[in-house]
Amino acid sequence: MPVTRRDFLKLTGMTAAGAFIGGTTFLTGCKSADKLSGTKESTTICPYCGVGCGLIVSARDGKVINTEGDPDHPINHGALCAKGSALFQVAVNERRLKKVQYRKPYGTQWEEISWDEAIKKIARRVKDARDATFQEKEGAVAVNRTTGIASLGGAALDNEECYVLSKFARTLGITYLEHQARI
Amino acid sequence: MTNHWIDIKNADVIMIIGSNAAENHPASFRWILKAMQERDAKLIVVDPRFTRSASMASLYAPLRPGTDLAFLGGIINYALGKNLIQKDYVTEYTNASYLVNPAFTFNDGLFSGYEPGKRSYGDRKTWTYQMDTKNIPKRDKTLKDPRCVYQLMKKHYSRYTPEMVERVTGCPKETFLKVAETFTSTHKPNRVATIMYAMGITQHTVGTQNVRALAILQLLMGNMGVAGGGINALRGESNVQGSTDHALLFHILPGYLPAPDVKAHPTLEAYNNSAPKTEDPMSINWWSHRSKYTVSLLKAWYGDAATKENNFCYDWLPKKSKGVPFIVLFEDMLKGVMKGAFFMGTNPIVGGPNANRNALAMEKLDWLVAADIWETDSSIFWKRPGANPAAIKTEVFLLPAASSVEKEGSVSNSGRWAQWRYKAVDPPGPEKTRGKSDLDILDLIFRELRELYKKEGGKFPDPILKANWNYIPEGEHEASPHLVAKEVNGYTWPDKKQVKNFVDLKDDGSTACGNWLYSGSYPGKNMMARRGTSDASNKIGMYPEWSWCWPLNRRIIYNRAAVNRKGEPWDSSRWVVKWTGSKWKGDVIDGGPTAGPEAKNPFIMNNEGVGRLFAPGKILTDGPLTEHYEPMESPVANLFNSQKVNPASMIIDEVRGQFGNAGQYPYIATSYRVVEHWQAGAMTRNLPWLNELVPDMFCEISPTLAAAKGIKNGDRVAIYNARGTIKAYALVTERVQPLVVNGRPMEMIGMIWHFGPGCAATGDACNQLTPSIGDANTMIPEFKAFLADIRKEA
Repeated sequence: MPVTRRDFLKLTGMTAAGAFIGGTTFLTGCKSADKLSGTKESTTICPYCGVGCGLIVSARDGKVINTEGDPDHPINHGALCAKGSALFQVAVNERRLKKVQYRKPYGTQWEEISWDEAIKKIARRVKDARDATFQEKEGAVAVNRTTGIASLGGAALDNEECYVLSKFARTLGITYLEHQARI
Repeated sequence: MTNHWIDIKNADVIMIIGSNAAENHPASFRWILKAMQERDAKLIVVDPRFTRSASMASLYAPLRPGTDLAFLGGIINYALGKNLIQKDYVTEYTNASYLVNPAFTFNDGLFSGYEPGKRSYGDRKTWTYQMDTKNIPKRDKTLKDPRCVYQLMKKHYSRYTPEMVERVTGCPKETFLKVAETFTSTHKPNRVATIMYAMGITQHTVGTQNVRALAILQLLMGNMGVAGGGINALRGESNVQGSTDHALLFHILPGYLPAPDVKAHPTLEAYNNSAPKTEDPMSINWWSHRSKYTVSLLKAWYGDAATKENNFCYDWLPKKSKGVPFIVLFEDMLKGVMKGAFFMGTNPIVGGPNANRNALAMEKLDWLVAADIWETDSSIFWKRPGANPAAIKTEVFLLPAASSVEKEGSVSNSGRWAQWRYKAVDPPGPEKTRGKSDLDILDLIFRELRELYKKEGGKFPDPILKANWNYIPEGEHEASPHLVAKEVNGYTWPDKKQVKNFVDLKDDGSTACGNWLYSGSYPGKNMMARRGTSDASNKIGMYPEWSWCWPLNRRIIYNRAAVNRKGEPWDSSRWVVKWTGSKWKGDVIDGGPTAGPEAKNPFIMNNEGVGRLFAPGKILTDGPLTEHYEPMESPVANLFNSQKVNPASMIIDEVRGQFGNAGQYPYIATSYRVVEHWQAGAMTRNLPWLNELVPDMFCEISPTLAAAKGIKNGDRVAIYNARGTIKAYALVTERVQPLVVNGRPMEMIGMIWHFGPGCAATGDACNQLTPSIGDANTMIPEFKAFLADIRKEA
């Protein structure tokens, strides 16, 4: 539901609070920084703890300009902790990876490879590991599993991604499947 | 959480135990403070340290790490001994009146049937009820029969006297008694307590029994199902609720269906027959619907290939021969069992127990695929301090992932609310090379793998070739979370009409549903995206039009227990549901809308239909009642029985030699977090704002320990045991105090565990010191109580 701040306030019945619309200020004598003018706003949920606080993300020209607590969210009503307040620096951060990093066996540094090459290589590794270790039966029982591959993680993934990871792992026959809930 | 965050405002007593919510779930304190300010609620905080949560408490009780069961057993004894229980609730809605097998015994810390050589209780056949001729448990509603659960509990917990609580936990008797008095004041129908807990409860060799003790207390007080009550696990990650619901664990399939096991479930018929059964007409026994959810899951995964004739491809599901919880998985990795691994946003080299050992295990992998938004400590394990990259064979693919604001989808909070997030921007970098969502990554790998099997054949290709896997909408290039969410909700087969909810699901192959618990989240409209801010008619802060929560948008689960047998709320001023004589009002009623309160029991997921004060049969590995055992590494003998550690906890031979004793390592060590960092740190140690606030690894020790060791505030110290040595800055603080245990003062070393060798801010990982042993039921590691020594570094 990407909305402009004006639409957003309208939707939430806060149009009377015009002073909060981007580009104006409610402190007389202060020149507006105009930080949010022309931004597109969308709502999100904090990626840190399990409270599930709401935030508003403001973006302009494909870049995140601002993140702040969502005043309409019934749990946090706009308030955020230190981590939630720092979400902006997750999106805008020079340490973010912009290319696939590849480390060859016994390599001492990363190399950059294309997505296409990475996906092809990974599929090959998965197939080889699965085929080499696949067990169809234990006694008379069909077990159809591979001990060659493990999958870890997922507590920071979206539900849809978790579901697909669960299905992906089971479809391949993976039983070494664990994540942060166990630790 | 059986309840949810906002509902905390409805409590009269809030007990935080094994959690530091003020730091780790800060927004919860908005609701705690509201309860304290507006209804004069009392906040009890039980914790080894005087935490930020404790600083806000009405009543703070210290306790030695790993002694929660002694403390909680003491409150149970206080309640039973003084008859401070909600009698009607306990008699009707719990198994207090059920008669237990005469052969069931408890003696010196061991329940009947223990097999010492196996460290196991085997088939647990004496941990059962006495059954009548209709195969329904026998009851004595007067609670007088000496074999009824209530009488067994009175006897069992009578040993947990206030004096014993003080000797074992180090909590002064007077403080303990104030806690017991305040908490049990909620046994009255018009008073309610909530319990908030986190990893301080679960990360022990008795973690599951710790949670059980909390549940027992809440059942005795009549605090389950009601507003302001419940057992509330505070989830530490934004979607660890959802990732568990969707079964990223070896032992379950989506929606808490058991993962197929070679012995227990060789066929679909055996699998379906293993669902809980009951002859009791009062029991709803919701798991009797399990076959519908299983077959609908198989249809969602295998589509047209799944037919009645082939048992819906049940054989295609992998079957396990042994449990492989995290600790065992890494032990097997160390043995070289696996060739490769996927790490999807996880950092086990910091987050797992015995972290040095985990790093060595990773070196045994031929390949590792890590999907992360930046380098983590784990993805650079091959160049960690002390490692020689040229000697490590592992091929590593580090795939750039999209952050939470760069993709669309839902996350489930602790209160089971699935909330939709939107994509604000693309991941940073050029379009061709930049990051992708984990959904896209998995979809790309799966489709490439399918192409390989198509071209080359290979071992058992059917599931890969024939899986129901079409997540890219026509005319588009990327997998759509909406198509996945629709499959999770479920639809008819083959015409793919969305089902309304899980009541529509069938076991004949005519419906497909990826996770029955989430059925109802996307019945056509995306319910998870809702932003309605109106409250429900009961005005208790349920906000039923905000997002969507499982199951069926029910905001408080087990809500049939919120009323008496006539359907009247226990407390009309904060009612959850009520029965009008023909229908239910308020929250979405548990267990179906037609049955009245007199007809059915409230705990619909138990086959008895009532709350289990005594956990019968094979539900638990380590006992139907709780009992105190010491942590694996403890400085004192067990004063309650002659067992040392939980007798059913698995001890792995390979790490046996790493366990230390107080002669070698005299101090109790424990781990925790601060608000400025998150979990294993990869999501915060790259953020300059947060690193400025907490830039390095530190430990907390008392002024007395500091004086004994010649350590000053701010000194560099080494903390060590047989598993490792780490460096940290010492924070000498009165927040940590020695506790007098059995007459002797015991010191503690508290450590944050956020740091590791990677990311922008580096520091030693606390988990280099934690042991490879876990809870007897879940094998969650014992991070919260172990032994170490400390010295000042030159």
